[in-house]
Amino acid sequence: MSRLYTVDAQAVAAERAFRAIAILALVLPLCLLALLFGGTLIDGFSRLSFDFLSGFPSRRPEEAGILPALAGTMALMLLTAAMAIPVGVGAAIYLEEYAPPGKITTLIEVNIRNLAGVPSIIYGLLGLEVFVRSLQMDRSLIAGACTLALLLLPMVVMASREALRTVPRMYREAAWALGAEKWTGIRRVVLPMCLPGILTGVILSLARAIGETAPLITLGALTYVSFLPTSLKSAFTALPIQIFNWTSRPQAGFHVAAAAGIVVLLTMMLLLNATAIVLRMRLQKKVTW
Amino acid sequence: MVEPRMKVQGLKAWFGSSIALRDIDLDIADKQVTAIIGPSGCGKSTFVRCLNRMHEVTPNARAEGKVLLDGKDIYDPAVNPVALRRYVGMVFQKPNPFPTMSIRENVLAGLTLLGTRAKDESGLVERSLRQAALWEEVRGGLDRPGVSLSGGQQQRLCIARALAMEPEVLLMDEPCSALDPIATAKVEELILELRRRYTIVIVTHNMQQAQRVADTTAFFYMGSLVEHAATTKIFGNPTERRTADYVSGRFG
Repeated sequence: MSRLYTVDAQAVAAERAFRAIAILALVLPLCLLALLFGGTLIDGFSRLSFDFLSGFPSRRPEEAGILPALAGTMALMLLTAAMAIPVGVGAAIYLEEYAPPGKITTLIEVNIRNLAGVPSIIYGLLGLEVFVRSLQMDRSLIAGACTLALLLLPMVVMASREALRTVPRMYREAAWALGAEKWTGIRRVVLPMCLPGILTGVILSLARAIGETAPLITLGALTYVSFLPTSLKSAFTALPIQIFNWTSRPQAGFHVAAAAGIVVLLTMMLLLNATAIVLRMRLQKKVTW
Repeated sequence: MVEPRMKVQGLKAWFGSSIALRDIDLDIADKQVTAIIGPSGCGKSTFVRCLNRMHEVTPNARAEGKVLLDGKDIYDPAVNPVALRRYVGMVFQKPNPFPTMSIRENVLAGLTLLGTRAKDESGLVERSLRQAALWEEVRGGLDRPGVSLSGGQQQRLCIARALAMEPEVLLMDEPCSALDPIATAKVEELILELRRRYTIVIVTHNMQQAQRVADTTAFFYMGSLVEHAATTKIFGNPTERRTADYVSGRFG
């Protein structure tokens, strides 16, 4: 029985070492993030005020405000979500529930996966050619939203499919065995079960799109806008564009404004992510299995 | 024997290219319990899933032959399988009440899924839960989630959900295999009660269960029906050697 009391010192050391590495891997990025956010906050703190949020851009850095960019970003996000969510979730439902398994379906799946990895500037070029030029939308809000919607679609499709797949097949069969049409079963049983997952995925993809700069610059979003978007055809700017513009100015005052803009953008992203978490927790309380 | 409610004639079923059922002929008596026994993979589940055309919802699965319900072939091309399933209810191996629905909503789920409503919903809920011997246990909390019940209660909730559709035939695919002995005893008691009003086909791995609940028992082996006779005969004095070997535990 003496074997019960032996301790393998080497195994214990390895265990400790691995645990330390794992903790380091977690803490290091968090520290970097905190450092970055903290640094930006300190840099931009002097400009963070209601005037900054409600002001228009100006040649004088200490007067420059962010309102048109903020309004542009919000309008972009609403329009993008309105286009990408129905199409993306619909495509996911088709692929997951209806598409017959086969070569064509596999081809579509592989392509969606690849599209999610395409650099966003390519989407910008596509948007420039298709929406701005061919469809003559000009450098408008709607052209920007269409481009961002295309960028989001693969992510929304993949997140929704992932969510649909978490619903065990036995619930679909239970619905069909009660005499439900396929679609009714999906709508009344499957979708309510995976709604938290779909919502989380969609919001997280939106949070990513909110920071996209490259496609909007390619598209020709303006960098100096002293009016608010009034229609779908309005010229527009967005937070990342405004920040990009300010950082490329020589005056130090604009760099402070840029830091304050970054804080606003990061806050919006964190708010979106928090919404995703809250929604998921609230909905999951109702859905337990 | 009682006049059959369902007549199965020359039923064959496949999964892709592999055959799961070979030429099954079987009569299912009205208002009796027919048990289907046999070793794993012998086609028991496939057989009951052919009786409400659930077999074909599995990708690449298909079936051929005749299954007469009250004289009408359910495999007739004019028959809508979705409509058929309202008359032939089914209870699955694992209790599967809908997780997003309350107890009450689960009982009414069949109607909700059809897009209709009962005239007297509360009456239907109470009647179905009483028939499933669950009413007394849940009457105080019909708005609690269906999945908050114990496993045995969940299975009886699924039975209530099937009964609320007032089916002609009730198919049960190993309804007790995920339940403990006490919950199993309750479901078996319930089956004997339901037998007065419904025609029941039950797949079971448990030979004692077949003897306790079934009027007739069919023994399946490797996709074929070996023998179908009164339960007492199958377990007491079967005609086929293979049946005798299986029920006495010499194989399977």
